[in-house]
Amino acid sequence: MNRITQLFQQQSQKLLNVYFTAGYPQLNDTRTILKNLQEAGADLVEIGMPYSDPVADGETIQASNQRALENGMSLKVLFSQLEGMRDEIHVPVLLMGYINPVLQFGVEAFCQKCQEVGVDGLILPDIPADVYEEEFKPTFEKYGLLNIFLITPQTTEKRILYIDEVSQGFIYMVSSASITGAKTGISAEQEAYFDRIANLNLKNPRLIGFGISDNQSFEQASKNANGAIIGSAFIKAISQGSDLPSTIQTFVQGIKGPVTII
Amino acid sequence: MKIADQVTSAFQVNERGYYGPYGGAFIPEMLYPNVEELRENYLTIMADPSFQAEFEYLLRDYVGRPTPLYLAERLSEVYNTKIYLKREDLCHTGAHKVNNTIGQILLAKRLGKNKIVAETGAGQHGVATATVCALMGIECIVYMGEIDIERQAPNVARMKMLGAEVRPATSGSRTLKDATNEAMRHWINNPVDTHYIIGSVVGPHPYPDMVARFQSVISEEIRNQLAEKTGSELPDYVIACVGGGSNAAGAFYHFLNDASVKLVAAEAAGMGVESGHSAATTFLGKPGVLHGSRSILMQTEDGQVVEPFSISAGLDYPGIGPMHANLATSGRGIFKAITDEEALASGFQLAKLEGIIPALESAHALACLKTLNASPDEVVVVNLSGRGDKDLATYMKYL
Repeated sequence: MNRITQLFQQQSQKLLNVYFTAGYPQLNDTRTILKNLQEAGADLVEIGMPYSDPVADGETIQASNQRALENGMSLKVLFSQLEGMRDEIHVPVLLMGYINPVLQFGVEAFCQKCQEVGVDGLILPDIPADVYEEEFKPTFEKYGLLNIFLITPQTTEKRILYIDEVSQGFIYMVSSASITGAKTGISAEQEAYFDRIANLNLKNPRLIGFGISDNQSFEQASKNANGAIIGSAFIKAISQGSDLPSTIQTFVQGIKGPVTII
Repeated sequence: MKIADQVTSAFQVNERGYYGPYGGAFIPEMLYPNVEELRENYLTIMADPSFQAEFEYLLRDYVGRPTPLYLAERLSEVYNTKIYLKREDLCHTGAHKVNNTIGQILLAKRLGKNKIVAETGAGQHGVATATVCALMGIECIVYMGEIDIERQAPNVARMKMLGAEVRPATSGSRTLKDATNEAMRHWINNPVDTHYIIGSVVGPHPYPDMVARFQSVISEEIRNQLAEKTGSELPDYVIACVGGGSNAAGAFYHFLNDASVKLVAAEAAGMGVESGHSAATTFLGKPGVLHGSRSILMQTEDGQVVEPFSISAGLDYPGIGPMHANLATSGRGIFKAITDEEALASGFQLAKLEGIIPALESAHALACLKTLNASPDEVVVVNLSGRGDKDLATYMKYL
């Protein structure tokens, strides 16, 4: 069974999904960050594939993308860094990014590589659900990859139901109409939106992202979903800290509370 | 002056938003409701007689259409053929861009939007957008690359005088590509009350088709004017410059299905196609997805967008619209790469021979004349997309 599906099936607590950009702050930090996130208690990890024009992202993530590209990150380098990761990484790993680098790598070759290194799912925000269904789905499924879709407060109920039908794994609920890192905190209006979606009884679990930056917003967002996703706040934290393992430990514990050793 | 009806042809958009293999709507879900709202409504709104009447009235009495089709006799003599200039430089605001912004502002109003965001490279589209926003009393924010703000100061001043807020795009190459990214982000952050007026035939479907239809007034007028002047609606060549490609889309539109008309597109080769400082997309690019559509794109082997270069801010874009990508790969369009130097020479030549200072963008189209080898009785139409006042500082450096 796919690790993402398994995680949600066995879920006993609010889940924390942490995003970081591959190749940032340094080219070879990818595995260190991944391993330390797992040890600190992140339940899922989203690795950003850097892109020159990440339109759905804000300043923080764009700057990290830019820096990672300057550091020499590419899909080829990323896959080589992820080779053998399943010897030590048991949390679900997703790759997040934009479609153009994937198209240039070759969709089939990309999916095959993902399967080889043990990636469980993909988040490619510039493939809308209908385009995915028509063009990409068979290839993604062939290699056991779950494709995660976004919904926003403006997504109509009809489309949410459609996205729920096409989705496997979880639905990424964008907390407000915004790019990443643009707003922080959760408003009453957003809570009403979370409620509305919770009442739709979707078949997929839901994680809330965008605007989650601390324990309070994590707790609030998780009340009406299975957990939350943090990106920009984590990128900011690791860009300041020189000692990655302790920075990551402190950050994740700050969001989630101390890790329980099983 | 009628907005083009739905035309079925291999070179027009199909019902799913594709031109051959190019086009579509590759957008994050955050933009889906806005783009879908537009897609569902644009054809109906544009077909509404009251919309058409208002569009035609403004194009005539405000923009100054029809623009003349001028037989440039001295230029014709030099190239030993018959050269007509379609004088889009005489439009209000100084370029063809205003045809599209008039159309889109009327559309935005009918969609109930009360704020406008736009991107601009040379500033022509920004000025045209700021103009129609002033005309309609609508708030306007224009994103412009930091570098373009420096090299197009007169247009920045015009936008500000017209009441628009000009926001610098400080990321990436700090030119048109990045201004487009910022405008898209602004739209993501303001999805309900804001309409994004894209200035070229790029972006997710239905933008390329919508903008091409608003600009198709150019080719419709060319046909009518040529019939009057020469007895035939069809020229032998239509030449236009292509950055994103809106003036070319407008100039080509009503000739797409007339195989005898050669459609010539001038791309900016900058310092030379192979120099590493170029914006000649069809020569250097390959299929890819940028700003919401699949088209031809200048990119690295890893799919990162390459920063383009051109002396002309309006052509300094790493992609072309999907309609043009299809014209290029199908062979219907003849694409030529024109260097900065060639464009400058053609700009000076037109000024001296005809007393018209063309925009540097249009100067690229003019530079194609020397490569045509047209015969004396052939008819060549060059779309003079804009006037060169904004480029004086650049021209002066080479005087």
